[in-house]
Amino acid sequence: MPNNAVLTQGLTRRYGNHNVVDGVDLTIQQGECFALLGPNGAGKTTTLRMLLGLTPPSSGQIEVLGEPIPARAREMRQRAGIVPQFDNLDPDFSVSENLITYGAYYGVSRKLMKARLPKLLEFAELTTRADDNIGGLSGGMKRRLTLARALVNDPELLALDEPSTGLDPQARQHIWERLHTLRRAGKTLLLTTHYMEEAERLCDRAAIIDHGRIVACDSPQALIAEHIEPHVVELRGDLALHWQQHIGTAAQLQGVRTEAVGETLLIYSNTRDTLLNAVEADIGTRYLYRPAGLEDVFLRLTGRELRDG
Amino acid sequence: MIEHLRQAPIPSLRFAAVWLRNLKVWRKLMLPSMLGNFGEPLLYLLALGFGLGQFIGEIDGMTYMVFLASGIVCSAAMTGATFEALYSAYTRLTMQQTWAAMLAAPMTVDDVVLGEIVWAGTKALINASAIVLVAALLGLVAGPEAILVLPVIALAGLCFASIAMVVTALSPSYDFFLYYFTLVMTPMLLLSGVFFPLSGLPDAIALGAQFLPLAHVVMLVRPLMTGGSIDAPLLHLAVILAYTFVGYWISAAIARRRLIR
Repeated sequence: MPNNAVLTQGLTRRYGNHNVVDGVDLTIQQGECFALLGPNGAGKTTTLRMLLGLTPPSSGQIEVLGEPIPARAREMRQRAGIVPQFDNLDPDFSVSENLITYGAYYGVSRKLMKARLPKLLEFAELTTRADDNIGGLSGGMKRRLTLARALVNDPELLALDEPSTGLDPQARQHIWERLHTLRRAGKTLLLTTHYMEEAERLCDRAAIIDHGRIVACDSPQALIAEHIEPHVVELRGDLALHWQQHIGTAAQLQGVRTEAVGETLLIYSNTRDTLLNAVEADIGTRYLYRPAGLEDVFLRLTGRELRDG
Repeated sequence: MIEHLRQAPIPSLRFAAVWLRNLKVWRKLMLPSMLGNFGEPLLYLLALGFGLGQFIGEIDGMTYMVFLASGIVCSAAMTGATFEALYSAYTRLTMQQTWAAMLAAPMTVDDVVLGEIVWAGTKALINASAIVLVAALLGLVAGPEAILVLPVIALAGLCFASIAMVVTALSPSYDFFLYYFTLVMTPMLLLSGVFFPLSGLPDAIALGAQFLPLAHVVMLVRPLMTGGSIDAPLLHLAVILAYTFVGYWISAAIARRRLIR
């Protein structure tokens, strides 16, 4: 048994003259939850598709679940589950028919699928909607069904492309809880996301990817410790304006670094007291203080300009 | 593209799952689907057979109704397979993203394309069989050997589905199919001996018709249904098989280029 669920070397995908993925080296262990983080157009989905054998690489080596990709992608996918970015449930079928039919794509017999069905429905919390048509399901229900559908073959590896994009907060929490359950069951989870909270809460390690390259890869805690000051004050709207006029450009405060992200001003420091004293001296106590998070690392490493890719 | 065309399709038995999926959906809407696909050719047969038949008299020693019945069986197989492989398959490829869902499972583009072709062929067989049955009940077939048209119709279904699948794999939108109908389907329907014998056509056109797969299907099916003997059965089978094989090869290559990117 290989210990690595995913191994890539120099993974590159070129479209025209543009390297969408540019020399990505990844090692993901079995049982690990790993996130590919990046702004829109950074190359996350293309990387994921190459790992699954759905896009051929322009160059580089890929091995997933011990199988060379794309040469033996079919054999690998037999042991993997995939949750696509956009739901593609079968609108011609009911909830349980969707699961049974999808099982057939994996060669799972109807009999075995019928035996697995109650557990899958329970996992998706759709037991009472088993005979409903897909059209009547909410966005969250569809996502849960798509997740259950990716489990019909009891996969070792689950690949999820932006699993909670477009969901409301309740539905998102629910998906996260389901993913935690799968992680505890020992499955390898590989997900792409641009929600920092998702990566921070779920993942053992995250790779921040930008312009097709990995700019940092470590546990969320280690990424924060390495790339960003631990203490942050956020100022918004008028307060941000006030701070910029009085302090921002005029004086360089000792031990404090300022970043503007749209209308929000982020003030970082290595020591909490230095930071809070400086802020309170200028604008009193009407500020938001928080510990630094992955989002701060992300903005630092991938820049602040808007991405429409 | 050349690269994809050089590569022979490598389908697996997993294609049967695609076929089974489509069968399950069809079973839900069996009645309206049957009515639409087999009602229309039947109306043509009855209306033209009775109406036009009175003015025509006999063709090749048979009544026009008998002559037309075998032609309508063939054209029903062609339209049945073509509509399924164009509109229904294209909907699953684009709007419903059913193909994308299948490709995330351990299936390849070659499997999915083959499954769709075999399904469209199956549907052609279902529709055409129903017409053969009605023709038999109306006394329009010569004898029990007419049952032999069914394997021919099955093969014809695969053939027209394969050709249509090339168009589906290429198509940027539903409107694109109109080119295929106007430039390929309609001329083929009119020049393959479905409604009148090819012998009445100018030599050049009759010769050109030899390249149409539907003409060869008619040349096999008509003698089987009306009790005549088949000229060069192997040639006809070879032409139909060649179109099927080449159609599958090209459509799989185009679909791979479209989807594996």
